[in-house]
Amino acid sequence: MAILKHGALQPNDWLTVADDAALPEGKPAVVSLDRWLKERDTLIGRNTPIGVKLKSDQSPVALKEDLERLALIVLEFPKFTDGRGYSHARTLRQRLGYKGELRASGQVLRDQYLFMDRCGIDSIEIADEAKVDGYLESLGEFSIWYQPAADRRPTVRALRAAKRTEPSGGSAVVRESVAASWAY
Amino acid sequence: MTVQVVTANRLRDGVIVWLTADLGWSEEFTESRPLRDEAEAKAALEAAGVAVKARLVVGPYLAEVDETPEGLKPNSARERIRASRLPTITPDQGSWTGRIEG
Amino acid sequence: MYRYDEFDATFVAERVKQFRGQVERRLAGELGEDEFRPLRLQNGLYLQLHAYMLRIAVPYGVLSSKQLRKLAFIARRYDKGFGHFTTRQNIQFNWPELVDVPDILDHLASVEMHAIQTSGNCIRNVTADHFAGVAPDEIEDPRVWAEIIRQWSTLHPEFAFLPRKFKIAVTGASHDRAAVKFHDIGLKMVKNEAGEIGFEVIVGGGMGRTPAIGPTIRGFLPKQHLLSYLEAVLRVYNLLGRRDNLYKARIKILVAATGTQEFARLVEEEWARIKDGALTLPAEEVARIERYFQPPAYEKLPAISTELETAKRGDATFARWLKANTHAHKVDGYSIVTISLKPEGGAPGDASADQMDLIADLADEYSFKELRVTHHQNLVLPNVRKQDLYALWQRLAAVRLANPNVGFLTDIIACPGLDYCNLANARSIPIAQRLSRRFNDFQRLEEIGELRLNISGCINACGHHHAGNIGILGVDKQGEEFYQITLGGSSKDDSSIGKIIGPAFAIDQVADAVENIVNVYLEKRTGQDERFLETFRRVGIDPFKEKVYGNSQARRPAAE
Ligand code: SF4
Repeated sequence: MAILKHGALQPNDWLTVADDAALPEGKPAVVSLDRWLKERDTLIGRNTPIGVKLKSDQSPVALKEDLERLALIVLEFPKFTDGRGYSHARTLRQRLGYKGELRASGQVLRDQYLFMDRCGIDSIEIADEAKVDGYLESLGEFSIWYQPAADRRPTVRALRAAKRTEPSGGSAVVRESVAASWAY
Repeated sequence: MTVQVVTANRLRDGVIVWLTADLGWSEEFTESRPLRDEAEAKAALEAAGVAVKARLVVGPYLAEVDETPEGLKPNSARERIRASRLPTITPDQGSWTGRIEG
Repeated sequence: MYRYDEFDATFVAERVKQFRGQVERRLAGELGEDEFRPLRLQNGLYLQLHAYMLRIAVPYGVLSSKQLRKLAFIARRYDKGFGHFTTRQNIQFNWPELVDVPDILDHLASVEMHAIQTSGNCIRNVTADHFAGVAPDEIEDPRVWAEIIRQWSTLHPEFAFLPRKFKIAVTGASHDRAAVKFHDIGLKMVKNEAGEIGFEVIVGGGMGRTPAIGPTIRGFLPKQHLLSYLEAVLRVYNLLGRRDNLYKARIKILVAATGTQEFARLVEEEWARIKDGALTLPAEEVARIERYFQPPAYEKLPAISTELETAKRGDATFARWLKANTHAHKVDGYSIVTISLKPEGGAPGDASADQMDLIADLADEYSFKELRVTHHQNLVLPNVRKQDLYALWQRLAAVRLANPNVGFLTDIIACPGLDYCNLANARSIPIAQRLSRRFNDFQRLEEIGELRLNISGCINACGHHHAGNIGILGVDKQGEEFYQITLGGSSKDDSSIGKIIGPAFAIDQVADAVENIVNVYLEKRTGQDERFLETFRRVGIDPFKEKVYGNSQARRPAAE
């Protein structure tokens, strides 16, 4: 499965490891939350990057103390209609301040990608590489947003404010309100 | 087992259609292909599945019907209304009011 | 009313373009129906019994004459010449073709309308008091807040795939006309001890399979925190609401299972984290929205119009309509007029394209070009000069739109039922038609007085049967239609859920059963000022049961 990240397809460097399998030597590995909680101390001792995969009913708050140590968190969307991952993503980014890579896996469809991006997910697994253009296109489908989220797109309030003060300080106002809206 | 027919909605315009004897689709209930046993029902649903893939119809399903000397008759309120292709209320003086059927 | 600025216009245009692309991908086979369904639903497009159905948002029921004319145009060009106003203050068209829907959405965009989030498991079109801004009992205009909520909830990236649909209603008046206790979130504007205005927040009400009257989780929410509080409620629901069972997925189930106090605590905990963040509403933003809802240029008129008084004395038919279909206005010399979409033998809430055009003309002439859609499926001209009422009534009467039955038994709420709806067990409209014929005597209706009768074609309760003084619910028995009757429901300030009277009735028995119920009420009431609901609450269900099932007219049908 390929990864779409920062506007381009990339090979997946991460190996998802089953709970009963041994971790690969020298290769970034993703383990389940259960395994992480159970083997935390040994896993922390490894020298290669480690990530954790959360099921949609598992709260990322369980990782609160470990976020600095994790290079990747994977949120599972078992069905695209299961929208819990969007709240998990915002919780990780805006409440817990997670800075590492946040990836969506499972049923990640083109028409959900933009919402995921807005909630702070910065990479997705896509099943059909041929469709990558559609995914990328979808990110630009809207230029107007009515609510702050975990991205840096200006909200319509910022755009309106900028317009009121134009031409002098337009973009500065947008920048400012974007900065303000980043805070949770 | 009771007689069944396969029905669906057409993708482009939503119109109700029935699977016909030649495995095509008709807007006329009376042209439905009667399915008299499991094997026939299964084969008809498979044909419908092909039509779904070909983006002709949406949501095909089997509906029970009565076989009478005058031909097939839908045997539930729902399928009677579908077969009539209209609500049971008809326009009257510019508004959809008036006549009640059965 | 709210007007789009360039940003809103751009947004809606982008949305139409996106949907056009989605339809193209569906037709080209890039999207299967399973993937397409939620996309079309979030644009209000259902696949119903006969055809596609497009539900168009009328934000909190406010409509301009220009918009209504556009709806008439769409009815003629893309539908069968009529539309159906719903209990969510929306309008739906029953016969559009999928391939035409993007064009219809373009037409709607040209009059600042859309169909976004009128379906799907997202935050739906916000509803409000249909007398907002003109009611004398209003603390503050709820449209301002409904608009603020509308914008915030539009394409909210976190809440597009909730466990289930989510409905919010707002009222700013002391009398609840928006059924706030029957919504996922009900907001009631209240004054606190310090005299400040804020919101009472009610969560977890609803109709459907498990009707519930929502409990209050916060008695007073300062206005500037409205959005952060809503976001906290939605986040708790998105994370904890059940997703394993469609029928247990609404927030009312979560609130009931968690307990009101614990649920409130979870919300407060989440809210504390985000309370003073980017969602806090600055006063300028509220003021900006408020400017759109400034009152129109009312004339200074005497409270009593002599023209009206003369006309009333001279024409008893007019006087009857005046009494039933007009309501007190906050400004002297003005009146609020309800146009009943419940003609004898008609389909409740249906309006033909010609009627829509005519009502749009009347709104231009008599009501500052503005209308309202009520959740009772009627239309309202909110600002009519009293001296114009007689002329207006004559115009309405000429096209059979002056039925004087607002608030009476024949002012029936009915969902589309099995005539249109894919989920229905039974038809609703024919029941409404029969009852409207049976009770077509206006003197008798007046004698019976206020009585709300609501019909749903299945347990989803779009026809609000639980909240009807008399509620009728379609049930299916081996493919045939039957009707269960409930008594004692109400969605007003004295909210309650109707109780089932007994075994269900065949379609031909319903009108007799209702007649018997009404007769018991007339017999038992202490006087004309004891409403049906009060009598029912006083005497209980038994006398009704006895009459309905003990009577030879209504044979006792087979047990459930
Ligand atoms: S109550 Fe049932 S029948 Fe009526 S519109 Fe809703 S889903 Fe359809």
